[in-house]
Amino acid sequence: MPVREILGKMIEFDDDGHLKNLNDWNEEIAKELAKEEGIPELTDRHWLVINYMRQEFQKIGDAPSIRKLTKESGVDTKELYQLFPKGPAKKAAKIAGLPKPKGCI
Amino acid sequence: MSNNEEIKKVSIIVSRGSLDGVYPGLILANGARMEGIEANLFFTFFGMDAIVDKRMDKLSIATVGNAAMRLPWGQKMPTWLGMLPGMAAFATWMMKQEMEKLDVPPVREFLQMIKDAGGAIYACKLAMDMFHLKREDLWEGVDDILTVGDFYQKAAGGIVLFT
Repeated sequence: MPVREILGKMIEFDDDGHLKNLNDWNEEIAKELAKEEGIPELTDRHWLVINYMRQEFQKIGDAPSIRKLTKESGVDTKELYQLFPKGPAKKAAKIAGLPKPKGCI
Repeated sequence: MSNNEEIKKVSIIVSRGSLDGVYPGLILANGARMEGIEANLFFTFFGMDAIVDKRMDKLSIATVGNAAMRLPWGQKMPTWLGMLPGMAAFATWMMKQEMEKLDVPPVREFLQMIKDAGGAIYACKLAMDMFHLKREDLWEGVDDILTVGDFYQKAAGGIVLFT
């Protein structure tokens, strides 16, 4: 299992490069993960998506579909792709400290 | 070539106009965008129905000549049953219900989603001529009408999937 040091703390990742333990996540870690994904700064709009994803994950045990996310979070598809370029679902989940989404939509 | 080389672009040809003929292409295109892969959708022959504004909300499933058709409890559907009036409508309704449960949007919404995600939607010039379709018959989101040659130019450097 890959282990990497982030902000002075040893953190475990799964084989997809997502956080292994949900509890390791905090906002500072999220900012570091975002930088690794090529997002230098997390705006309020990013946080809206990240918080919504974490909230849904706690409810259903998986990241929400893009359709659900865009319908309920207030961030539409176009903006979502601008916020998390090159793979919004996976990227947002990674930054939110969640495992890779299981759905196809 | 390495087996792990990433796919960067995919061009998907949708040639069939039944609900089950159209959805795989849409799911593949949307899935590609979700992974950061460039996606083109090219509609041709009966697949055109998915981008004809007046038809795209009314796509259906063929219950006749579909050897894999099953009844809701899993038993194979006898061929004669598929011919009964209302069976195609019923099967279509069933599938739409199941899709909605999985958060798969209806065709029009799905195409808009793919477009908003940066995917491109193209119509086939030959099919337009063959079915006597005009630009104004098409869904407004269609990016362009292409010849086969245009299509290959757009598809250059990526993989092509035929559905």
